[in-house]
Amino acid sequence: MTTTLSEAESKTLLSRFGVKFLPEALVVSPAEAILFAEDFAAPMALKLCGSNIAHKSERGLVHLGVVGSDAISRSCQELLDAARPEDNAIGVLIAPMASGLREFIAGIAIDPVFGPTVVFGIGGVLAEAIADVTVRLAPLRRHDAIDMLQSLRSQSLFGPFRGEPAVDIDALADLLCALSSAASAIDGLVSIDLNPVMIVDGLPVALDALVEMSSEVTAS
Amino acid sequence: MISTDHFKALFDPRAIVVAGASTHPGKFGFVALHNILSCGYAGEVFATNRERSEVLGRPTLADLTEVPDGVADLVFVCTPAASNPELLRQAAAKGIRAAFIASAGYGESGEDGLKLQSELVELANELDLLVVGPNGQGLVSTPSHLCAQIVAPYPPAGRIGIASQSGNFVSSFMNLSRQSGVGVSRAISVGNAAQVGVIDMLEYYADDTETTVGLVYLEGVAEGRDFADRLEAVCRRMPVVILKGGASGSGAKAAASHTGSLATDDRVFDGMCRQMGAARASSVAEAFDIAAAFATLPVPAGPRVAVVTTVGGWGVLAADATATTNLELVDLPDDLRSTLDGLLPPRWSRNNPIDLAGGETKDTVPAVLDAVVGHSSIDATLVLGMGIQSNQGRLEKEGPFYPDHGLERIVAFHDRQDARYVEVALAASAASNKPVLIASELSVADPSNAAVSAVRDAGRYCFPSAERAVRALHFLNERVRWLKSFSTESLPAR
Repeated sequence: MTTTLSEAESKTLLSRFGVKFLPEALVVSPAEAILFAEDFAAPMALKLCGSNIAHKSERGLVHLGVVGSDAISRSCQELLDAARPEDNAIGVLIAPMASGLREFIAGIAIDPVFGPTVVFGIGGVLAEAIADVTVRLAPLRRHDAIDMLQSLRSQSLFGPFRGEPAVDIDALADLLCALSSAASAIDGLVSIDLNPVMIVDGLPVALDALVEMSSEVTAS
Repeated sequence: MISTDHFKALFDPRAIVVAGASTHPGKFGFVALHNILSCGYAGEVFATNRERSEVLGRPTLADLTEVPDGVADLVFVCTPAASNPELLRQAAAKGIRAAFIASAGYGESGEDGLKLQSELVELANELDLLVVGPNGQGLVSTPSHLCAQIVAPYPPAGRIGIASQSGNFVSSFMNLSRQSGVGVSRAISVGNAAQVGVIDMLEYYADDTETTVGLVYLEGVAEGRDFADRLEAVCRRMPVVILKGGASGSGAKAAASHTGSLATDDRVFDGMCRQMGAARASSVAEAFDIAAAFATLPVPAGPRVAVVTTVGGWGVLAADATATTNLELVDLPDDLRSTLDGLLPPRWSRNNPIDLAGGETKDTVPAVLDAVVGHSSIDATLVLGMGIQSNQGRLEKEGPFYPDHGLERIVAFHDRQDARYVEVALAASAASNKPVLIASELSVADPSNAAVSAVRDAGRYCFPSAERAVRALHFLNERVRWLKSFSTESLPAR
């Protein structure tokens, strides 16, 4: 049996290993949401957060591009109202919207033969069709992380892309090494999913995180 | 504990016993004895046969108790599974350290066989015996002129060490060795790999002075992390080429039923190979190309390649082939270009690929090759179009006008010229310690061609095409990059 951490818990845990996320807050009322949003000029993203919420988008639990106090307040309340008991909802995650054309996926998976592996690939809506994914065994050397990036077929995505700057390869390698460190350090880890990892101003930012643990071990 | 001494007993035995020698030429117990006696093994060979029947005109012993004490190191077992425990006890009592078990009826045959197999391993450990197999095809060890296997061929001596989970791929690789002349040091089929597997063989090869490259066929590994760590340690000391079955979904299913291997996502295996420094080949031919390259060429210092060709088309495809590799088709530096201007007619390509445009003569080719191979901006050179003159010579020799009309003289001249071009190319390689790869389809189409023979006689590999040579060179360069990564790695990941 496995158990999943909430998005907020997953992000807190992975931040310790150096995974970069957007500034965000876990709020429990519309008033708190408005207060957080005042610090940013950007439109906001709001998501219901709980340890047991699958299919967030399908259930309409992700609100994107929300602008203005009234809309933020309404969005937050709707999400809180939509929570079901089984969601184990702990609040609403609110963050400024990030914009970027390139999305990747990164994570940790346990291979039945080789054990913990670091996975990196092309994300976004065409990800499955493109199926451009590379895998290495954890722990990674920095050379392995760079080699993983160079092993992707879609190398052109790392260069300047439709008005966006080139991807900072070192920062992307840092992300993979951070995942590798997390895989070595977290007892009972079953999987980590960062999906999507968006390229914002050339730097990778994980917009979502999901950590799955074996039920026998609780997160440290 | 299995030690180096056990592997020495296996690959370089002082004397051998074939247990279960048969009078029937169709049986394994006949073929194994035949092959050991036919390929030059110098040690004493004993054979057991329950009826003490003569086999191949030689007397046999009733069982292992009749073998003299402390003489033999290896027993090659062709007897039924049920009689093997007693046989191993007798072998150990005679001082034998290693057994190759060709007998079937073990793990591959179901629940009962699996039980027999684990009992066999337990007994071997207790007796301090190295046991390879069961259900394996045998082993080859050219330093001892040993062909202890129930299949052909016996390859020429050389530096490639083969280990395989499937005996037939040992044969495939050795057939390519015979064809190309690039030889083998040791080769072994690990069968069900009950006590020792492919990784144990690679560890022995890495320490073996006769072996400089490991060539492996795998279908699966049991303890992945352990395998990966040991593979990396081997790759730090010796290049390893891996061909893996079960890369596709349907291949994985077939592999599971063949060796009982656990399926793993192919991308994981592929990443593991890159990470641990092994060259992952995609076909038997490519695997042998890469192994032959490692066995016969110095590794390049870097990715910069020059292509020298007698005519255009070959160079164009070679240039295309480099595009999908880590290699770099360098722009010719000015000083090299002017050197070549002085040696070639004005119509030469004036860039890389260096197309001699038919301007080659007995003096220009050596001078061009020396200048290119030795130049400081070039790490490796690919030479194409060798052998075309002697190919014409062959047609003339087989035609109705030979040897008249001056044909005898010109045919001999072409043969000498082609051989000389090759010798010059290889001498330039030796002088600069840089790889020079010669590629021609004549290596397959006409192995007797003068250029091909000259490559072969020099102990080098004539690649069957420019693309295949480029691909092999890519893997040489990958290894160089991988080895360098350990010295340039400053600190652990940030």
